[in-house]
Amino acid sequence: MANKGIKYGLAAVFNTASEIYTAAAKVRDAGYTSWECYTPMPVHGLDAQMYGLDDKGFPVRSKVPRFTLAGGVTGFFTGMFIVWYMNAFDYPLIAGGKPYFSPIFPFPVFYELTILFAAFGTLFGMFFLNRLPRHNHPVFEHPKFGRTGDDKFMIVVEVEDPKFDDDETADFLKKIGGKSVSLIREPEEF
Amino acid sequence: MSSATTDTVKQSPEILKKVKPAKLDEVPLVLNKRSLHWITEKICGIVEAKTPAWWWWCFIFALAIASFTGMGLLVLVSSGVGEWGNNNPVNWGWAIVNFVFWIGIGHAGTLISAILCLLKQKWRTSINRGSEAMTVFAVMCAGIFPLFHVGRVWFAWWLFPIPNANNIWPQFKSPLEWDVFAVSTYFTVSILFWYMGMIPDLAVLRDRAQKMWRKYFYGFLSMGWNNSNTHWRNFEMAYLLLAGLSTPLVLSVHTIVSFDFAIANLPGWHTTIFPPYFVAGAIFSGFGMVMTLLLPVRAVFGLHDLINQKHIDNMCKITLATGSLVGYAYAMEFFIAWYGANSYEGFAFINRAFGNYWWAYWIMVSCNVICPQLFWFKAIRENTPLVWVISIFVNVGMWFERFVIANTTLSRDFLPSSWGYYSPTVVDIFTFFGTFGFFSVLFLLFLRFLPLMPLAEVKSVTPMADPHAGKH
Repeated sequence: MANKGIKYGLAAVFNTASEIYTAAAKVRDAGYTSWECYTPMPVHGLDAQMYGLDDKGFPVRSKVPRFTLAGGVTGFFTGMFIVWYMNAFDYPLIAGGKPYFSPIFPFPVFYELTILFAAFGTLFGMFFLNRLPRHNHPVFEHPKFGRTGDDKFMIVVEVEDPKFDDDETADFLKKIGGKSVSLIREPEEF
Repeated sequence: MSSATTDTVKQSPEILKKVKPAKLDEVPLVLNKRSLHWITEKICGIVEAKTPAWWWWCFIFALAIASFTGMGLLVLVSSGVGEWGNNNPVNWGWAIVNFVFWIGIGHAGTLISAILCLLKQKWRTSINRGSEAMTVFAVMCAGIFPLFHVGRVWFAWWLFPIPNANNIWPQFKSPLEWDVFAVSTYFTVSILFWYMGMIPDLAVLRDRAQKMWRKYFYGFLSMGWNNSNTHWRNFEMAYLLLAGLSTPLVLSVHTIVSFDFAIANLPGWHTTIFPPYFVAGAIFSGFGMVMTLLLPVRAVFGLHDLINQKHIDNMCKITLATGSLVGYAYAMEFFIAWYGANSYEGFAFINRAFGNYWWAYWIMVSCNVICPQLFWFKAIRENTPLVWVISIFVNVGMWFERFVIANTTLSRDFLPSSWGYYSPTVVDIFTFFGTFGFFSVLFLLFLRFLPLMPLAEVKSVTPMADPHAGKH
């Protein structure tokens, strides 16, 4: 197993949030681009350490809100459409002497559908941006990967990175404080 | 090195140097300086340990109670809604009372996970998963009642805007139809929120799993989550957005539930105070139920470091605040009934307190208005068994509130010739009693198979999560 399979990247383990926080900035300053931090909880400010700040001084921002907005707008107009179509167009229904359609009385329906569709947009947007579901991933092959959900922190520099070099990158990861630096290989096909 | 944090270190304002504010000791949210590993072991241990004997006994007992709902519904469906005590003039009876009762309980979960999240109340982390589970299960219990109250339950799908054989559509001017949308949206969004928050924890359980079925079960549910910073960034944003969406949702759902009453032109119902008053009552009863559930769970699993006195204090104080709001609403209803000078409205309220259901009214007042006032006292908040008992009184009181609202008005409307007195039948009692078993069955399964607390969120409130190691 150890020497077979396509190389995926080099992993270095860190023990505390502050270690990975400072190490992440060093990996970025060294010019690596294809790399990732694995942490048991979201570490506050790690985005800025990994990718720096944009022109306006903000760290990189998630794109989930676009999906939420799209979902919400769709939901609102879906609500409006079904009430108009069902109670005013397809089968005009007289109840309480009120108009067939108005944006006022069925507002609870628009409101709830806005939230419903926006919530689905949010969840599926998160899945889409995180490339989930994906039930296998090369980092799962690392024997200590399970600990990154527990109390360890890990930086993985991928082979894809133009600056990647087996020995240099390993030395670099050791220098910035990484423990048990080891190579991750993708499992062989079976 | 450019960092997002350099400019956030602010100079303390001049005034602070002059007034020298006293430094209060802050109670940590996780006691005894527990490590990250301890938290993982503690929470995952609950799910991974051998099923304890007490769990089986409770499970069997809960199933036995749940079978009462089964029996009640069997009788109801085989012979018709006449098996329930509802009749003219009280056509809603226990069905609406139980529905509103369970829906109200469901509100604390979303309040804790969404509103307290937006308000940055960090103490919510160790209780939010349990209360979200409570929300989902409570809404399931609530759904049973309107579903079967429609009479022919096999036509319940007519409530939804789906083409049917009669070629007519739902009537969107009815608050009952709004309720269908509100409750089903609430149920769906609560499940999404609950599930999404659980994904990282399910991944932890997946990575720790030894048995094959566990690897598949948690592996499937966790969707391949890999703890990477990219995942966390999108997750945190999605979580925040869902919290933002759930906040107006939770307020709207009980508002719309209150419209079931408030839109009707009946004395005692047709008031504008209903939406805020129902929402306050829902949060009140929900927190009551959270304490009823989590205090025993804390004792059984030894979670005293994670749910500590600070959490209990805060829950008691929210119960006190919402209980007082509810008490204020009761008083204000009486005031407006007098001030509005409508004789029917005035009669409805005098009848509520001193009429045919006077006993229900005074049970409600003593449980909802008087009982929570005990939480002003620190000694009572620190007496956990007593807090638990009071939390049960809160639940009882809130059930009676719905009973009083629904029944006093219907049994004494405008014409004395149509007055009547409502009593539940055995079938009513069986159906309602059984829902507690149904709820307990689901909650026990939750305790056994799903992570009780959000690991990442609990870890985030410990000092170990601070990337500056307390230097800043």
